[in-house]
Amino acid sequence: MIKLTVNGKKRSFKGAPFKRLIDVLREDLSLTGAKEGCGEGECGACTVLLDGEPVNSCLIPVCQADGRKVETVESLGVPEKLSKLQEGFLACGGAQCGICTPGMLMTAHAHLKSHGKCDDRSVRTALSGNLCRCTGYQDIVKSVIKTAKGLKR
Amino acid sequence: MRGDAKSMTVLSPRTAAEAVRTYAKVPSALPFAGGTDVMVGWNLGQLNGRAVLDLSRVAEWRKIRVVSDGVDLGSLVTHAQIQAHPVLRKRFPLLVAACATVGAAQIQNRGTIGGNIANASPAGDTFPALSVYEATVRAVGPNGRRGVPISGIFAGVKKTTLKPGELIEAVFLPFPDKAPTRGVFRKVGTRAAQAISKTVFAGLVWNGKDGVLTEARLAFGSMAPTVRRLHAVEGFLRGRRLTETVITAAAELLPNDVSPIDDIRSTREYRLMVSRNLLIAFLKGEVK
Repeated sequence: MIKLTVNGKKRSFKGAPFKRLIDVLREDLSLTGAKEGCGEGECGACTVLLDGEPVNSCLIPVCQADGRKVETVESLGVPEKLSKLQEGFLACGGAQCGICTPGMLMTAHAHLKSHGKCDDRSVRTALSGNLCRCTGYQDIVKSVIKTAKGLKR
Repeated sequence: MRGDAKSMTVLSPRTAAEAVRTYAKVPSALPFAGGTDVMVGWNLGQLNGRAVLDLSRVAEWRKIRVVSDGVDLGSLVTHAQIQAHPVLRKRFPLLVAACATVGAAQIQNRGTIGGNIANASPAGDTFPALSVYEATVRAVGPNGRRGVPISGIFAGVKKTTLKPGELIEAVFLPFPDKAPTRGVFRKVGTRAAQAISKTVFAGLVWNGKDGVLTEARLAFGSMAPTVRRLHAVEGFLRGRRLTETVITAAAELLPNDVSPIDDIRSTREYRLMVSRNLLIAFLKGEVK
């Protein structure tokens, strides 16, 4: 049996150990925030945090998450109470069709938590593993920078 | 067809010794580290029914050890760990720069140096850097350990010279006797992030007091079935002053050391031209 902590809660999984983390999250734990885009680690739509670091959940069999902490977009906020970063995306138009958004949010969340630089170039580098097919990059980057400035105040 | 998780057998050794024993018992098992490349094939259904030797619990292979004559990278050290390590940043900056170009953060957090080598892609971005730093790959198997110089680990496209039952336990980077005068890592791809290289270069030069080049170590990836040290170019440059004429003549020798092809990412002609320009710019001190 595989035991993992997902969004602060202890969870266990009894199925096939090579089932992908994204499939366990979506099918077994009903956390459908993370999306599968490309299924080959290019697009970042499936990004979740594993022990605090952004990873592609489509490239990880759940056995490699045994005993570890997983955070998904569901951990950030709820519609009634969004996180600062989610509010930033809302204020700046950082989401269009929404498919890339959970991954963008998780990668940006990890970057903000690590106290990485939040100038334009650093945010673009941090988010370079997340593709937006609406090409809404300007406003996504703006959302992260605005949130970072707000958090500093 | 998609990957079928139920068809897979997962073997999870907890120690290096157990990993070697398990692999000896199940030689058909696929060694599995960060999974960033293997899982792409698995998602396409190419590995269904296989046994997987999941090495991720072998904690002793996840460490970076600084010793008196170099740095020992456990095979499971990630590209992100390498970038964050102060001694590697100072002494092996070309490897650090290379690791920063492997996919993006999500891949760098999972992909390992040992997995990168075992995967033996012609386009492996860390290989030119490992090549100019003259790294040694340490393999461990049922008959013990052996060191393989990086120049001898690749047998061809996606093929290594590892023997049956052998796993990569570490990569040793020796400190150079003297700090190089200059060094550059440069990758050329279709876009700045997430691209696989069309050509990838690492170069180190050592100059003597009188401006004469005492040693050059130059390597290209994506320019042959495996990473290539530019032995003809290096030999020509040794003992010469880097004048315009010498640099041009050295660049003429490049085709002796590489054999690029036309493929989905680029053409032979483009690769040769860009690599030649890159080599000239590096020797002139124009790229940093």
